[in-house]
Amino acid sequence: MLKQLGYFIEIIRGGIITTRHFSVNMFFHILNLFHIKTKRKGAVTIQYPEVRQKIAERHRSLHRLMKREDGKPRCVVCMLCATVCPSECIFIEAEEDPDPEIQKYPARFIIDISRCCFCGFCVEACPEDALRMDTDEIELADYDRDNLVYNLEKLLK
Amino acid sequence: MIETLIVLVKIVCALVWFLLITLYLTWAERKESALMQDRIGANRANFFGIRIIGLFQPFADAIKMAFKEDFTPSFSRKFLHDLAPFLSFFFTGVTIATIPFGDILKIGGKEIKLQVLDINVGLLFVLAMLSFTIYGVLLSGWASNNRWTLIGGLRGAAQLISYEVALGLSLIGLVMVFPSLDFSAIVDFQGELLFGWLPKWGIFLQPLGFLIFLFATMAESERVPFDLPEGESEIVGFFTEYGGMKWGMYMFTDFMKVLIISCLLTTLFFGGYQVPWLYADGFRFPWGGEWLLPHGIVVLFQVLMFNIKVFFFCWLQILLRWTYPRFRYDQLMDFGWKLLIPLSLINIVATAIIMSIL
Repeated sequence: MLKQLGYFIEIIRGGIITTRHFSVNMFFHILNLFHIKTKRKGAVTIQYPEVRQKIAERHRSLHRLMKREDGKPRCVVCMLCATVCPSECIFIEAEEDPDPEIQKYPARFIIDISRCCFCGFCVEACPEDALRMDTDEIELADYDRDNLVYNLEKLLK
Repeated sequence: MIETLIVLVKIVCALVWFLLITLYLTWAERKESALMQDRIGANRANFFGIRIIGLFQPFADAIKMAFKEDFTPSFSRKFLHDLAPFLSFFFTGVTIATIPFGDILKIGGKEIKLQVLDINVGLLFVLAMLSFTIYGVLLSGWASNNRWTLIGGLRGAAQLISYEVALGLSLIGLVMVFPSLDFSAIVDFQGELLFGWLPKWGIFLQPLGFLIFLFATMAESERVPFDLPEGESEIVGFFTEYGGMKWGMYMFTDFMKVLIISCLLTTLFFGGYQVPWLYADGFRFPWGGEWLLPHGIVVLFQVLMFNIKVFFFCWLQILLRWTYPRFRYDQLMDFGWKLLIPLSLINIVATAIIMSIL
């Protein structure tokens, strides 16, 4: 019986902690209600659609294809990205390039974002630095599956 | 004719107060838990773009629940399955009738008691009605014809019946001190002064009884430290097979119980509508000051005081609900039978001894 009573002190301490959190946060919320600026805020919540947090430097977001100086895609259709892709969402169709230095260019370059798991292996695999994942676009949800299939024009943008 | 009208107005006022505060308790619980956890809480519900810190949230919830499918499982006992939530809801809701909101209000020569039903066994009436809610719990668990809900229902019934004992015993000391079962008489007794300065509230005369009553009623309300019948994180709950508005009625019953418990705690242990040192004609302070007030203002003060006390206890219950983890089932039974009931018996004996000495 006494052993069971032992946790009553801890129970009361827990109540004090939550009460302290409540009253301190309430105080700052009331100050904010009267537009009094305080250094500390009542909550740590970031009100997402209105307020956005800065995305980390080394994040991975929507893919983009890099261009050469003349505006053509840098990709040489080595198929390394399509091979390494664990979700098999990259599809590339090659075409012969008149320039013997380049040899091949992508006629079609399709990434199915609805399947992509954003692992970034394709970016790591690319020997030409033709593919990057640094567009800061992370809100990719759509009402239509067809809009999630990104083709060459969309990726080059 | 006018008497009937007065009674009708009283019923409507009490019900509107009760249901509206209950509705906003759902919102208050979300906001308060958010504040305790450094979050913001429900603030998105708006009405044509106006969102006053989410005050429309309860109405949005109600509309959502009303338009949900009213699903009854094919294997359930249909009539009882439909009846159970209404039983819980009705027997909890009817208890508000005996709670006094204020003293006698005099308008145009008429004396109106701010209490819907002034019966001389108000305390027994409330306890009886709260006991009837066990039927709702047990029936819903049994009528769903699902073994997990049956376990939940039986757990609920066992818990409620065990804590009913402690609840009843803890009030006996109070009834000994204030020799009445009538709420308005109990509140009148608490208007007197102890030693000439301390209000004669139940908490000062029955501190142990207050603690036992608080824990026992919290167990009655089936909320988190004692929420074994529901078991939100397990699937063993008595209303697992309910959806839509019928589930909503159980949820609502929960919050109604929180409110009615706050009303009971206020009325029995914190002087009900009594403001310290406020008499029928104004304040008369123990250190000699006087502040005379008209009759209307005095009644307004009393109703306000009652509301403030009730809101404080609602706040306290939500705080406890969001602070503590759940009891294990054997701990729950130990707490009820081995701690609360012996303590309440000791309380009765101690009260009797002290009263016979004085």
